[in-house]
Amino acid sequence: MNLAIRDIRYNRGRFILTSIGLGLLLGVVISMGGIYRGLFADALAVLNFTKADIWVVQQDTNGPFAENSRIPEDIKYRIRAVPGVEEASPLSFQTIQIERLGKPFRFFLIGYDLNGFGGPPGIIAGRDIRQKHYEMVVAKAMKMEVGEKIHLGLHDYTVVGITGKVVSSGGDPAAYVSLADAQDIQFKKDNDAIRNDRERIGANLAGIQTLSPAQTKFLQQNITGITESTHTVNTVVARLAPGANLHEVQERISRWNHFRPLSVEEQTKILTKGMIEKARMQLGLFRIILLVISAVIISLIIYTSTIDKIKVIATLKLIGSQNRVIIGMILQQSLLMGIIAYGIGYLLIKLTYDKFPRRIVLEAFDLQALFVIVIAICTISSFVGIRKALKVEPAEALGG
Amino acid sequence: MDKTMHAIEVENLTKIYGKGETAVTAIADATFQVKPGELVAILGPSGSGKTTLLTSIGLINEPTHGKVVIDGTTVADEGWLPGIDLKRLRREKLGFIFQHHNLIPFLTALENVMVALEINNLPKNEAKNRATELLAALNLGHRLTNYPMALSGGEAQRVAIARALANKPKVILADEPTAALDTVNGKNVMALLKKLAVGNNSAILVVTHDHRMVEGFDRIFHVSDGRIADETNNLGEE
Repeated sequence: MNLAIRDIRYNRGRFILTSIGLGLLLGVVISMGGIYRGLFADALAVLNFTKADIWVVQQDTNGPFAENSRIPEDIKYRIRAVPGVEEASPLSFQTIQIERLGKPFRFFLIGYDLNGFGGPPGIIAGRDIRQKHYEMVVAKAMKMEVGEKIHLGLHDYTVVGITGKVVSSGGDPAAYVSLADAQDIQFKKDNDAIRNDRERIGANLAGIQTLSPAQTKFLQQNITGITESTHTVNTVVARLAPGANLHEVQERISRWNHFRPLSVEEQTKILTKGMIEKARMQLGLFRIILLVISAVIISLIIYTSTIDKIKVIATLKLIGSQNRVIIGMILQQSLLMGIIAYGIGYLLIKLTYDKFPRRIVLEAFDLQALFVIVIAICTISSFVGIRKALKVEPAEALGG
Repeated sequence: MDKTMHAIEVENLTKIYGKGETAVTAIADATFQVKPGELVAILGPSGSGKTTLLTSIGLINEPTHGKVVIDGTTVADEGWLPGIDLKRLRREKLGFIFQHHNLIPFLTALENVMVALEINNLPKNEAKNRATELLAALNLGHRLTNYPMALSGGEAQRVAIARALANKPKVILADEPTAALDTVNGKNVMALLKKLAVGNNSAILVVTHDHRMVEGFDRIFHVSDGRIADETNNLGEE
């Protein structure tokens, strides 16, 4: 006869409520693990979707995901000419926050060369960008429809396609526009600013006594070109030809002034070790604390439940029950509670994880590891109750 | 008398709690025998040592001195005999009835009886059949699936008696079995115990402080200050 099951059946209300409470706690632990993995996935999303072998960024910087990196767009031609490079494409990144439907609307805008690579990884609705201007593809998480318009910089942009789960390292959903549009949005000034620049620079030129009138006139005629140049990008990504040596290509680009070629491995390290390390540690610590709390709660529940059953245990001992029957009753209850609570926690997160504001990645290994930890916690926690039960004297069954 | 005829033999049984100046003698030099089928009461006021005597015979409380033999097996002789399996002996040879029935609250009446049988390694089906028979014999056939909470005091005590009888023990030890019952139910339980003692050929040792409940007992031991002061038979003869 399974005494653990019989006790649970009799006290099912208390057992279910306890399991639900513990399940919610384990659900938080599971979600923390999912957020922990999600941080990784988010941080590496753009890096992985771009499928580049080398990221050429501004010298002495860690690239566009870590800090400001500005390089001229036309460096792509030099990079394409490097032996071993199959193709090179410029990319522009910027985080934009505007107001939409009365609420702050934040996203990560990626500008890409329509003839190059680094664009949206897959279109799930609508189509890819076909025109050089005023079209955009947005991530599903932006909750926009095909055909919707959005005002950015000086122009309106029409959503022509929806892509999947592309996010910035900060977790903001991504939107794609042509590189020219991204540069316009980032650098193009409004008419007042242009007029202001022209007047300020013109006045400065007029004040330079060493220039000849002809030189001054030439410069004033070309102020627009000097102040309105938007041909700057954050990085140029390159793919290598089959068999090309990554280090040789990196070495060659490193010799040029003003550029730093980062491999995918180096970018990954910058993103994971540098940018999300503290958040990961925080989440890891939080998970450990929650597991310790779970262990304490399970121990208390099992101990209290054992105390409630002192008379039962004493009676069982008095009628000659073996210790294994009593140990089995306590251990099985503890394990059943852990397994049911884990199931509740898992189901809860499985049903709600896509509704979390940040990405939650549930990996089989993490779930299995947590299950093993929960079983270990339940086993260890039940020792508290078992120890108490084994100390109960059969004589305690006698008397009132 | 042939010693094997006795279900219980107690010789100079002494139990002392504590040591030195704080030592308290709970029972001193108790000597008696109980035959199978005999119904014996241990009568005495609170603190007289009757429960200590019961627990020493019940293999719960180790005697300080003296000898205890249960159904021909010597279990204690100046302390427990080395290597003796007290739990097995309790399972196989003893049945216990308690003051407050001590039924397991999360088991039904049937399961409360079955648990004693399954602890003694009886297969589940056999245990179920035997428990059902026992409960039916005690007029509890209609209460098999009821939990103890749903039973009256008398019914719960009858389930406890069924549990005590489940493994056909040679000795049944009852600690104030009527204390939680009204007079009518108490007398019914005592009558039932007497019937079982005769029917099952089990020795029944009942500890009680209530003189009214020991009518018809074969023998009555009067315990006072840890000693068996005197013994009377069912006719009141000393």
